[in-house]
Amino acid sequence: MTATTTSARSELSELGRSETALRTFLHGLPGVDQVGAEQRAAQLGTRSIKTTAKAQAIDLAIRMVDLTTLEGADTPGKVRALAAKALRPDPADPSCPHVGAVCVYPAMVPYVAEVLRGSGVHLASVATAFPSGQAPLEIKLADTRAAVAAGADEIDMVINRGAFLAGRYKEVYDEIVATKEASGDAHLKVILETGELATYDNVRRASWLAMLAGGDFIKTSTGKVPITATLPVTLVMLEAVRDFREATGRQVGVKPAGGIKTTKDAIKYLVLVNETVGTDWLDPDWFRFGASSLLNDLLMQRTKLTTGTYSGPDYFTLD
Amino acid sequence: MFEYAPAPESRSVVDLKPSYGLFIDGAFVDPTDGDSFKSINPASEEVLAEIAEAGASDVERAVRAARKAYDKVWGPMPGRDRAKYLYRIARLIQERSRELAVLESLDNGKPIRESRDVDLPLVAAHFFYYAGWADKLEHAGFGGNPRPIGVAAQVIPWNFPLLMLAWKIAPALAAGNTVVLKPAETTSLTALLFAEICQQADLPPGVVNIVTGAGDTGRALVEHPGVDKVAFTGSTDVGRAIARSVAGTRKKLTLELGGKAANIVFDDAPIDQAVEGIVNGIFFNQGHVCCAGSRLLVQENVADRVLESLKRRMAQLRVGDPLDKNTDVGAINSAAQLERIRELSDAGSAEGAERWSPPCELPDRGFWFAPTIFTGVTQAHRIAREEIFGPVLSVLTFRTPAEAVEKANNTPYGLSAGIWTDKGSRILWMADRLRAGVVWANTFNKFDPTSPFGGYKESGYGREGGRHGLEAYLNV
Repeated sequence: MTATTTSARSELSELGRSETALRTFLHGLPGVDQVGAEQRAAQLGTRSIKTTAKAQAIDLAIRMVDLTTLEGADTPGKVRALAAKALRPDPADPSCPHVGAVCVYPAMVPYVAEVLRGSGVHLASVATAFPSGQAPLEIKLADTRAAVAAGADEIDMVINRGAFLAGRYKEVYDEIVATKEASGDAHLKVILETGELATYDNVRRASWLAMLAGGDFIKTSTGKVPITATLPVTLVMLEAVRDFREATGRQVGVKPAGGIKTTKDAIKYLVLVNETVGTDWLDPDWFRFGASSLLNDLLMQRTKLTTGTYSGPDYFTLD
Repeated sequence: MFEYAPAPESRSVVDLKPSYGLFIDGAFVDPTDGDSFKSINPASEEVLAEIAEAGASDVERAVRAARKAYDKVWGPMPGRDRAKYLYRIARLIQERSRELAVLESLDNGKPIRESRDVDLPLVAAHFFYYAGWADKLEHAGFGGNPRPIGVAAQVIPWNFPLLMLAWKIAPALAAGNTVVLKPAETTSLTALLFAEICQQADLPPGVVNIVTGAGDTGRALVEHPGVDKVAFTGSTDVGRAIARSVAGTRKKLTLELGGKAANIVFDDAPIDQAVEGIVNGIFFNQGHVCCAGSRLLVQENVADRVLESLKRRMAQLRVGDPLDKNTDVGAINSAAQLERIRELSDAGSAEGAERWSPPCELPDRGFWFAPTIFTGVTQAHRIAREEIFGPVLSVLTFRTPAEAVEKANNTPYGLSAGIWTDKGSRILWMADRLRAGVVWANTFNKFDPTSPFGGYKESGYGREGGRHGLEAYLNV
């Protein structure tokens, strides 16, 4: 890290001390032109990824999947089955890589931990009164600690959108700092819930806020509101992590979540990563997909590439 | 690493003939003198086809055919019936758009992504748009009974071969004129395929005539006494010569000539999108765009940051095979144009501007020029004044809005300009003061058939597109 980034980093770390400083900084970030951002994302969506590039992209995408179930109806049996799938997504093909992580509610973490132990597949847990985040701070922190204690090594927290939209940036910042502390060694993914932030300017500000407060990942969505991950939102977030690393030397990961269902979708995201932030982020440590049904489509396309024929859905496990 | 595998669009959709005649009076005919020239693929220098070269007697035949069609068929035809033909042509263009896009990329060198996603959709849109006007001319704001002019001589450039054809032919036909069109000699093929589409649409013979050839053919056409209207898109030098030859005749004239547009970036601009706009402004279509944003005026207090982002973005540009669906920048259209770009770029270096290109491998054969920017450019440099018509951007700085306006206007041209700022009031203030026919705000190189397009000063006169574009083809 150069001397300038070190000093910039310490200057930026001071911002969280005052509401005014945070506001001045966040409102001073360059704006995002909606039409231009959407046009760029759409243009990258026309890239044609075929043959060897497609095979490479599919395996990478599988390794980046946070295989997720976040339902009231989740049971130990259900999440164990999901964890088994995470380890061996395609039982018929041992060359198929395992996914990046399994993502569940805190109460389900112990059952998943039994299955994943020692496998290299991460165990993510949502926390902080997911998905609304509308609970007292102590409860959110207790939620986080419980998840870590049960074996989660990644925490997916939600930001306080109410405070963010009301302009109480310091409150949002402080909550992230506190959650980061409660997470201990676990990686902290900060869910911005971009569908509720509505504008790209807000997405950029919330991204910076989360990074300034120490988030290891910024994530688009809970999957529980109508608007989930989109390409332009992810583009704006990728630009933010790129600029943040340039300013501070610290690299932050990005996780689009919700609505990514097909291999075609996933490849569009990988192209976006490749041409916005480059190969440094093309790794499961720095880019993840929050998804469930995506995995089977990736497996189906993978089989198609290796065997030349499409197999029916019954050849892929349902969990 | 994530390397994109080659993704070539198939050439097999195009049925290239070894040679093409002239399209006169509804049929392909041989030229009287039997002369021809070769059309090559600028990406490989492979010969695509032999093209007939029209001489004075061929032009005479074409103008006579156009006159007859105007007097007997097209002029008297009710607007609603002309519209049917134009709609039919528009639909055929859509149906055959893949074929046309591949042929355009083969002959011109532009990336298939652009011919497929920009050129062809706009070509069809122009015919659809003007088809709609054909039976509504009395409501176009030019009085109760606007009349067509007669026979239009149209000479178009090589940068958007089919799109420029559409800009010329669609309004002319909608207004009731007949045309003789000469495509540029390096890019005749899509115009000849368009001639086949006219046959397929049963367009009456003589309404559209296409004569291929170089400068002499063009001169014979615009100087022909049987022509009532001349429309030209191309260089300012040729435009001047045409204006001289037409002076003192009854011919009406519209000219769409060169440009040296300023793309102006203020310190409150949405930087990431502005950088996209800069790239799109100058590297779209290899910079072979008359309205290209070839002068970047960037506010000095953000210049370093913008340039750094721009260079990073330029390193992502994929230069190469125009038919590869992932190519961003294709081939330079001709050896002559490549020579011109090289000469002016060398002048830029010689005059002390700092030259930069991203590392990029260029193919061995064909005509190629890496995306290039010059920094430290001043108004006194040739690269800040002359139209390069290639992927070369000159970067200048300014301090205040007034200085930006002054520098932007300090050019003999006045075709287009771009403004990047988050401040709406500044956009309006600037747009009022910029002497440019088109001013884009927080975007660049946006085209639409409903929007008039044309220049100030040495960028020409007359408007194409929109309701205004009809005026050039009506006696009003």
